[in-house]
Amino acid sequence: MGHISLRQITKSFGDVDVIRPLDLEIRDGEFIVFVGPSGCGKSTLLRLIAGLEDVSSGTIEIDGRDATEVPPAKRGLAMVFQSYALYPHMSVRKNIAFPLKMAGLDKAEIERRVTDAARVLNLSDYLDRRPGQLSGGQRQRVAIGRAIVREPAAFLFDEPLSNLDAALRVNMRLEISELHNSLETTMIYVTHDQIEAMTMADRIVVLQAGRIEQVGTPLELYAQPRNLFVAGFIGSPKMNFIEGAEAKKHDAHTLGIRPEHMALSTTDGAWKGKVSVSEHLGSDTFLHVQTEGLGTLTARADGEFPVRHGDTVWLTPQTDKLHRFDAEGLALR
Amino acid sequence: MATAHSRSAARLMISPAVLLLLGWMAIPLSMTIYFSFQRYNLLMPGTNEFIGFLNYRFFLTDPAFFAALINTLVLVGGVLVITIVGGVLLALLLDQPMWGQGIVRILVIAPFFVMPTVSALVWKNMFMNPVNGLFANIAKGLGLQPFDFLGQAPLASIILIVAWQWLPFATLILLTALQSLDSEQLEAAEMDGASPVRRFFHIMLPHLARAITVVVLIQTIFLLSVFAEILVTTNGGPGYATTNITYLVYAQSLLQFDVGGGSAGGVVAVILANIVAIFLMRMIGKNLDV
Repeated sequence: MGHISLRQITKSFGDVDVIRPLDLEIRDGEFIVFVGPSGCGKSTLLRLIAGLEDVSSGTIEIDGRDATEVPPAKRGLAMVFQSYALYPHMSVRKNIAFPLKMAGLDKAEIERRVTDAARVLNLSDYLDRRPGQLSGGQRQRVAIGRAIVREPAAFLFDEPLSNLDAALRVNMRLEISELHNSLETTMIYVTHDQIEAMTMADRIVVLQAGRIEQVGTPLELYAQPRNLFVAGFIGSPKMNFIEGAEAKKHDAHTLGIRPEHMALSTTDGAWKGKVSVSEHLGSDTFLHVQTEGLGTLTARADGEFPVRHGDTVWLTPQTDKLHRFDAEGLALR
Repeated sequence: MATAHSRSAARLMISPAVLLLLGWMAIPLSMTIYFSFQRYNLLMPGTNEFIGFLNYRFFLTDPAFFAALINTLVLVGGVLVITIVGGVLLALLLDQPMWGQGIVRILVIAPFFVMPTVSALVWKNMFMNPVNGLFANIAKGLGLQPFDFLGQAPLASIILIVAWQWLPFATLILLTALQSLDSEQLEAAEMDGASPVRRFFHIMLPHLARAITVVVLIQTIFLLSVFAEILVTTNGGPGYATTNITYLVYAQSLLQFDVGGGSAGGVVAVILANIVAIFLMRMIGKNLDV
């Protein structure tokens, strides 16, 4: 079980409103990702759910019970911290056993659960080591192990992959997704990396300045961003925004077009421009094109597209993939 | 670059400092050892002669020696217990966010800057004096009989005075150690269901182990040679109640004018300090390893 409802939650530190009044339903078994730029309040929101911070107003319900005033340990949630927060003077075994020992379980039960968790996380060979003797990925797994032995109603992850190198990050992403598939427990995951959000989430919550900008499945956010912020935040490379006369032609204040939704040609097309930077990755080619009258646009081509700095190219947007926004930045449908 | 030439130049240049330090330590030590085998009494000039281990025999069989040895250990142990326990508690308090934190921290550190003689005299005359002292006044105000601290409980009083001086040092070291504790670890323990008391014993205290070790080692070195506090308060008395090894060596050589016996006592003190150091390193030195 892990159904969490937030009702009109706010949080202020002194005069600063970190979380504006906010409602959110997190369904049982869901993998939900809070994403947003740094300082948007996503970590604070997670800490409010965990109980490490008190809400300024509003209520938090976990499985239908009002948990607003319940201390963190009694909420039945487990958290994985950005720094892992392993206890350096304890062996891996004792680290994982710590929450069970605090809960007063008997020795045999603790041993059984620790062994199970270690097997699931491939830590069986490291149980007697100290955290200092482990690699980053192993430490991460110990932190997850310490969370899963408690069999919590929901897992909270606070940017758990940001201390890992790129290759390991991809690996751990897969492992966490697999863990979610096998445990089917609610997971709330905070990140500033939209790729992590897109690849792992059932639903994404995009936050900015303490406000929810949009909630939806990754593809909903990609296909129908509700405003300029979500449009610019989701997708890599960023969506191109065009203002002025070209946008007027489509009855919009701002026109958005994703790099992958423009056809490239060296002979003819809608918008003419000069290549300023070309990035050839083999599988894709990214072009930064200095266009006439529309500013710099980013375009993506499948596979290799043989142009260099200074070459002339034409871009043709797919008209059904154009996003139109009004003067307030809201999407026009 | 560490070429052979620059290395020998470096050795040449540090040699004066090394020689000076070596002389500073080696000459007094060897003179002490030399005197400890001599009959050397300031009241009987011209009678100096080699007498073997006689000085050592007299010093070690002196009934005052065992009293002094026990007093030294009780003094060191007592002060260590008070400063470590008190230091941890004070550090926990000072780590809490509060108004005027900076001023309070400076005030807490202040006793460390007061000279031992001065603080001992202040304690003796202003606090513990059975007639004019603050404690006596409080006792009289409550209708109780004033307690003669230095007369009735001399060693405990000395321990109190010395502990008061060293408490700031322990507090300061332990406070910085406490501040270096990752707050996420405490939050993780909180999420794991550890109560504040269990967080202290399972997370904070292990984190402080290394700092506590440093405090114990440094304080032991200085506490083995406590002298000024005893000289200005009790003069080692009543009887031998507050005589520690350091004070006994002083009494031997400068009150009884027996330089030879005092030197033997000094050598014994050095050997005892080393034994204590070895025990300490065995017991808690492993905390210093990473």
